[in-house]
Amino acid sequence: MKRATAAFLFFALLAVLWEVLVRTGVWPHMLVPAPSEVLRYLVDAVADGTLPGAMAVTLKRLVLGYVAGFALGLPLGLLIARFKFFADTLGLMALGLQALPSICWAPLALLWFGQTEAAMFFIVIMGSVWSITLATDAGVRHVPPIYVRAAQTMGSRGLHTWSHVILPAALPFIVSGMKQGWAFAWRSLMAAEIYITILTGFGLGHLLHYGRELHAMDAVLGIILVIIGIGLLTDKLLFSPVERFIHRRWGTAR
Amino acid sequence: MNEEIPTGSPAKVAVEDVSKTFRARHDLVQALDHVSLQVREGEFVCLVGPSGCGKTTLLNIIAGLDTPDSGRVLADGKPVTGAGSDRLVMFQEPALFPWLDVRSNVLFGLNLKPNLGKAERLEVAQYYLQLVGLEKFLHANVHELSGGMKQRLALARALAPNPRVLLMDEPFGSLDALTRDQLYGDLQSIWAQRRRTVVFVTHNAREAACLGDRVVLFSPRPGRIQEQFEIRLARPRDINSVELASHATEITRALKRHLKPELREVAE
Ligand SMILES: Nc1ncnc2c1ncn2[C@@H]1O[C@H](COP(=O)(O)OP(=O)(O)OP(=O)(O)O)[C@@H](O)[C@H]1O
Ligand SMILES: [Mg+2]
Repeated sequence: MKRATAAFLFFALLAVLWEVLVRTGVWPHMLVPAPSEVLRYLVDAVADGTLPGAMAVTLKRLVLGYVAGFALGLPLGLLIARFKFFADTLGLMALGLQALPSICWAPLALLWFGQTEAAMFFIVIMGSVWSITLATDAGVRHVPPIYVRAAQTMGSRGLHTWSHVILPAALPFIVSGMKQGWAFAWRSLMAAEIYITILTGFGLGHLLHYGRELHAMDAVLGIILVIIGIGLLTDKLLFSPVERFIHRRWGTAR
Repeated sequence: MNEEIPTGSPAKVAVEDVSKTFRARHDLVQALDHVSLQVREGEFVCLVGPSGCGKTTLLNIIAGLDTPDSGRVLADGKPVTGAGSDRLVMFQEPALFPWLDVRSNVLFGLNLKPNLGKAERLEVAQYYLQLVGLEKFLHANVHELSGGMKQRLALARALAPNPRVLLMDEPFGSLDALTRDQLYGDLQSIWAQRRRTVVFVTHNAREAACLGDRVVLFSPRPGRIQEQFEIRLARPRDINSVELASHATEITRALKRHLKPELREVAE
């Protein structure tokens, strides 16, 4: 509670300071809108439905692409960890592709899929899948062999060993890979939405883009705040509880 | 194949002329040198020997977790080709699963027994956790336990599935004397009820004399069986009794006798 209060006071103070700097003209109003204006924009955009609509479009792309990326990345990682052949081939490919910001796929994605959801889907998948693949592979290879041996003498075999020993033992690695994959997917989706016009839906990135075109800096800042908020919220609601569980179970918390 | 199985009482576990050499960085380490050992059904055999003589290696080979370079191991007359839940190992280090809480660790082996119901499993887990004094820690995390508590949990996890053959590698190594004495009693009473076959590795001659029907003495590397002692004391045995102490002294003396040639060799 005390920490929440401290955080609230910090941000409130920041907003007040900013408002004062703009109102007194220290910061030119042309370049920096006041927080009150940003707030007004946000209220209006929510009221007329543009903001909720854009959020829905963006989040749908993100979630669909990320879930697909996870569904692909986990089995790929397991294959790479299990078979030397896949480590030498797919493993190398994953390592290379992970180093590539997935927005670089945009020209090809447009060529292949046109200005459609499929292009966005592809970019988000390419942003998330390789992090998850590599983390899964690393996690599996770091499982102490004694766990597997202990399980085997208790009668665990094959699939049971994978699902009940290797995967849970690799969980800390997999979760940090999932977090990284999420961050990469989110960044590439924003970049894609800002630079590419997609005819099938109008996302947060597009809103930001048009804010720039119309020189509506209150809109730009408002949407930036929304994007930050979504990032914070997924971290706090999705990943933090899992990470807390892992720290508690494994005893790795500070 | 049948004529190779000794007639009379069939051996539950038969180690036949097993040798094992490890390739270390520069040289070869011979861990086991033509070891043969027969363990009868329901027998409690203690393996005693100096550190590094190959006791763990032998246990791993019996368990099917490791393969011998030559020789073979038979369980119930059938060659061992891999790990099986009929031969459960309690490892030298606790090897508990950190992603499971205390009770779920004990349930792991029980869940792999298809003919147990859920209620039964919980009951068995509860029983063994109580036996090792962890009933108040059912939902604790493994890292929250002390070293001795971890070892007691590993003991509960090994006993709970009631394996036909239990292979124990210095299970009481890091326990305090009081807990250890209590567990000697508990282990003997469980063993008396269940009559499972146990191969038990220890450094402690007194522990071996207390628990074993037979004590098998290993030589320093390469591990060979040097001498065997039948312990014919009535059970349950009290670790502090005088007859037991005399057996323990005899084992200790033999250990020292076999250790000496090695020491001389080193000095030269
Ligand atoms: N995986 C391995 N690779 C190389 N050498 C090994 C390996 N496992 C065991 N050894 C060697 O084989 C020998 C026997 O080891 P083992 O663990 O069986 O001894 P031990 O009798 O159980 O000793 P302790 O009582 O200290 O546990 C040792 O010299 C050890 O260094
Ligand atoms: Mg050992």
